[in-house]
Amino acid sequence: MSAAFEHPDVVLCPGGPMLLRGDHVVEDADGVRHRTTRAVTAVCRCDKSASFPWCDGTHKVLPDRLRPA
Amino acid sequence: MAMQIPQARGPLTEALFGALRSGSDDFYPVLAVGPVEGEDAALALWVLYELHYRGFDDVSDEMEWDPQLLRLRVALERDLEQRLRERFTSPQGLSVVEDFFDWVAEHDGASVADHVQRAADRDQVLELLRVRSIYHLKESDPVAWVVPRLGVRAKAALTELQYDEYGNGDPNRLHHHLYARGLEACGLEAAYGAHLDEVPLEVLEQNNAMSLFGLHRRLRGAALGHLAAFEATSSMPSRRMVQGLERLGLPAEIVEYYAEHVEADAVHEQLAVRAICGALLDEEPELADDVWFGAFTCLDLEDRFARTMLDHWGADRLGAGEDRREEVA
Repeated sequence: MSAAFEHPDVVLCPGGPMLLRGDHVVEDADGVRHRTTRAVTAVCRCDKSASFPWCDGTHKVLPDRLRPA
Repeated sequence: MAMQIPQARGPLTEALFGALRSGSDDFYPVLAVGPVEGEDAALALWVLYELHYRGFDDVSDEMEWDPQLLRLRVALERDLEQRLRERFTSPQGLSVVEDFFDWVAEHDGASVADHVQRAADRDQVLELLRVRSIYHLKESDPVAWVVPRLGVRAKAALTELQYDEYGNGDPNRLHHHLYARGLEACGLEAAYGAHLDEVPLEVLEQNNAMSLFGLHRRLRGAALGHLAAFEATSSMPSRRMVQGLERLGLPAEIVEYYAEHVEADAVHEQLAVRAICGALLDEEPELADDVWFGAFTCLDLEDRFARTMLDHWGADRLGAGEDRREEVA
């Protein structure tokens, strides 16, 4: 029998970004809105990205205590 | 328009390229050339693989499935795979999904992006753009061969990533097209394969490893491990490339190519490790060792490429010394 698979729209990556599937508008802390441009987008959760609100991989060089849960 | 057969680099490529251009399908004289290694072997294999991608203007399309050429290809592939496997030690007790990023951080080697960011001159960067073009003008194509060989979840996950590589349906966003536009803006030839004659052995081997993994179903685990390591070492180096290109005042189009990869590959590394390799190993857990083999090969070949380029530029010590000072600070 063919299974139905879990396929969430929002994925919290341990120690890393939040993945968003689909079109979204993300409002940052200054009220500026950013529209997603790709099918899957990585949203920064460590607050250190130079491309905020999008992830740029910076979480990988942070010490464990500064990485998102 | 496809490319022309490149310049030979030794006895095997002399014989092979002459035979390919001749239009004959008798390759026994080529098969009779003794064992070769280095650039001659790597370029011969590269050209044989290229018959499966875009081909050559001066070679018949019929040659793609010529049995004698396939026999030569297999001999060269066995040598390559054996050499790659000899360099690899399987990590013990690690989970691909949970431990991949830490493992990559421990195994990541020399970096041309660090040199571009801080010290490279314009000529060095243009040279790097030319030699990188051999892959970037067919970016993501080698792993596309893997799609029909996967189970449902891994297949959906890989095509989700590749849809982004190929522009989300917009040809203007297709990554290898962005690279071609970047080359043109820099005044460089952007035709597919145009710079093949100047690339070092390490570039040919990087390309050949990806084609080897992509074209052999039994190596699908290595193909996806390679993809995951490639994506996991792209986002931050791409940022350093952006900074170096801007420092040198290079055109916006080539900056845009690397800027796109900062954000795209921050997504792709998560998808490649968690969604693609995770699904592959749920479905086929016996492929874990091949995933690590592919990942190691990606990092190892990039390290060898970077060392060759940094040595060629007389730049290796500078980069290493600055790295250490940064750590102390």
